[in-house]
Amino acid sequence: MTEIFGVPIQALFGQLMLGLVNGSFYAVLSLGLAVIFGMLNIINFSHGALYMAGAMLTWVGLEYLGIGYWWMLVLAPISVGLIGIAIERLMLQWLYKLDHLYGLLLTFGLALMIEGLFRDLYGVAGQPYSIPEEFAGAFNLGFMFLPKYRAWVVIASLSVCLITWYVIEKTRLGAYLRAATENPQLTQAFGINVPLMVMLTYGFGVGLEGFAGVLAAPATQISPLMGSNLIIVVFAVVVIGGMGSILGSVVTGLSLGIIEGMTKVFWPEASATVVFMIMAVVLMIRPAGLFGREK
Amino acid sequence: MSRRVTIAYLIGLALLLVAPGFIYPILVMKVLCFALFACAFNLLLGYTGLLSFGHAVFLGTAAYVTGHALKVWELPTLLGLAVGTLAAAALGWVIGSLAIRRQGIYFAMVTLALAQMVFFLFLQAPFTGGEDGLQGIPRGTLFGLDLANDVNLYYLVLAIFAGSFWLIQRTIHSPFGQILKAIRENEPRAISLGYDVAKYKLLAFVLSAGLAGLAGATKTLVFKFATLTDAHWHTSGEVVLMTLLGGMGTVFGPVVGATVIVTLQNELADKVGSLVTVIMGAIFVICVLAFRRGIVGESLALYKRMIGQKA
Repeated sequence: MTEIFGVPIQALFGQLMLGLVNGSFYAVLSLGLAVIFGMLNIINFSHGALYMAGAMLTWVGLEYLGIGYWWMLVLAPISVGLIGIAIERLMLQWLYKLDHLYGLLLTFGLALMIEGLFRDLYGVAGQPYSIPEEFAGAFNLGFMFLPKYRAWVVIASLSVCLITWYVIEKTRLGAYLRAATENPQLTQAFGINVPLMVMLTYGFGVGLEGFAGVLAAPATQISPLMGSNLIIVVFAVVVIGGMGSILGSVVTGLSLGIIEGMTKVFWPEASATVVFMIMAVVLMIRPAGLFGREK
Repeated sequence: MSRRVTIAYLIGLALLLVAPGFIYPILVMKVLCFALFACAFNLLLGYTGLLSFGHAVFLGTAAYVTGHALKVWELPTLLGLAVGTLAAAALGWVIGSLAIRRQGIYFAMVTLALAQMVFFLFLQAPFTGGEDGLQGIPRGTLFGLDLANDVNLYYLVLAIFAGSFWLIQRTIHSPFGQILKAIRENEPRAISLGYDVAKYKLLAFVLSAGLAGLAGATKTLVFKFATLTDAHWHTSGEVVLMTLLGGMGTVFGPVVGATVIVTLQNELADKVGSLVTVIMGAIFVICVLAFRRGIVGESLALYKRMIGQKA
C-alpha cells in the first residue's frame, strides 16, 4: 500500500516536491533568460551569478545588518536589478550592434568576477539560512508531510512567472515590449523610448534572478558556487524548450525539475545528467526545441 | 611578406629550442600545451565562426584516457598519446554532430551543456579516480631516451606542438580551410554554392576536438596527473579567454594569449589567491569592450595603419 515500484510513497512524494522546487527555479531562471534574449539578443551568462548574489545578499542582510527574510525578498531583487541596470548602461549597450557571441562572452566575464568576488569575501563553504518562522514546519497531507517552505517556493515562483506572462502578453507595456522585440527601429519611430525599455528589461530580468536567489536561500546551502552549476542546467532547459514562448519555458522548467526528482528516486546515478540527456534527445528529434520556431 | 613570416617562424622555433636553458621547462611545456589547446579552439571559433563553450571536455577526456593507457594498460608513450587523442576526436564527433544542429548562441549553450554532462560522468566513473584524479602516471621512454628527464620530454612536447601548429596552418590555408571561412562569413551563401555545410562544420569540430585532445594528452605526460579541473567549464572559459585575448582568427593570437594567461596565473596564484578568477573575468570584460581584435589583431591593425594601409 505504501510502496510504488518498490519505493516508499513518502520518499517518492518527497522527491516529487523537491523536483517541483528545483523546477520552479529552472522556470524563473529560463524565463529571465528568455525575456532578456528577446529584447537584447544576449544570452546572459551572469544569470547564475546574479541568482547567487541574490541569495548571498539575503544571508549578508541577516548576518551583518539584521534584515530579515521578508524585507530581503523586496530589497535583494531591487539591488540585483540595480546592479543589472548599471551593467546594461556601462557595458552591454555597446555590444548590441555586434555578434551575439560578444554578449555571451562579456556576461561570462562578469559572472567570473561576481563569483570570484563573493568567493574571496565569504569563502566557498555553504552558509545555512533558517526558514522564516511563518513557514517552519510542514502540512500533514495524510500520505506525506509537505514542508511549508517548499510549497511557498513553488507558489511564489509560479506567481511571478504568471505575472510576467500577464504583463508581457496582456498589458499595454507588454505590447510595447513585444513591438520593440519585433522591430526596434519602427517602435522607436512611434515615439517609444526603446533604449529605456531595453535597460528596464535587463534590470527586471536579473531582478527576477535576485528574487529566485532569495527564495533559494533557506531551501539550499548558500554558497558562491551555487549559481554556476545551476546556470548550465538552465541553458540545457532553454535549449530543450526554446526561447520562443514564456509559458513554454515555465512548463519546460517545471517538468524537467520533476523528471530530475523522479530520476533521483529510480536511478540516482543519472540524476545529475538526465536533463542533458533529454537535451541530446530533443536535439536529435526536434532541433528547434519543444516550443521553438525554426529560424 | 612570406619571407618575413618564414624568418619569424624560424626565430620563434630557435627561441623555443634553447628555452629550457633559461626558463623552467615545465612552465614552457605548460604554455605549449595550452597554446596548442587554444590554437585548436581557434580553428573552430576564429576560422569557422563556431563558439564551443565546452572544449575543456576534449582536453579532459584525452588527459584521462592517456593517463589510464599509460598507467593501467602500460602502453608505450606515443601509443598512449594517440589513444587519448583518438578518444577526444571520437567524443568530438558525438558532441559535434549534436551541436551543429543549432546555430550561433544555441551552439555555445549545447556544447557547454554536453560538456557538463561528460564532466558529471567523469565525476562518477570509477576509472577517473573522482575528486582525486589519476596520479603518478609514468612518462615512459622514447627511442631509448628517458622522458622522466624534463629536458628530454621538453623536446617531445615541442615536436608535438610544432607538428600540430604546422597541421593547423596547412588546414587554414587549404581549400578546406577556405570553405570554413566561407561558412563563417556567410553560411546561407556557402549552402547555396552547393557545399554540405554540416559536413564541413563537423569535420572542423572533430579536428579541433582531436587537437585539443592531443594538448590534453601531452599535458598529462608533463604533469603526470589528470584531474577533473581539465574537464571543468572554467577551463573551457580559459581557452576562450586565451583566444580572445591573443586575437581570434589570427595565426599567432592563441599562442600569445595562452602565454600571457598561463604566465599570469603562474605569477598571481600565490599573491592574490582566489582573486585570480576576478582578474580573469576583468580581462574578459575589457577584451570584449575595448579590445576585440586581441593583442595580435590590434598590433597588426596598428602596423598596417603605420605603413599607411587601410586596416
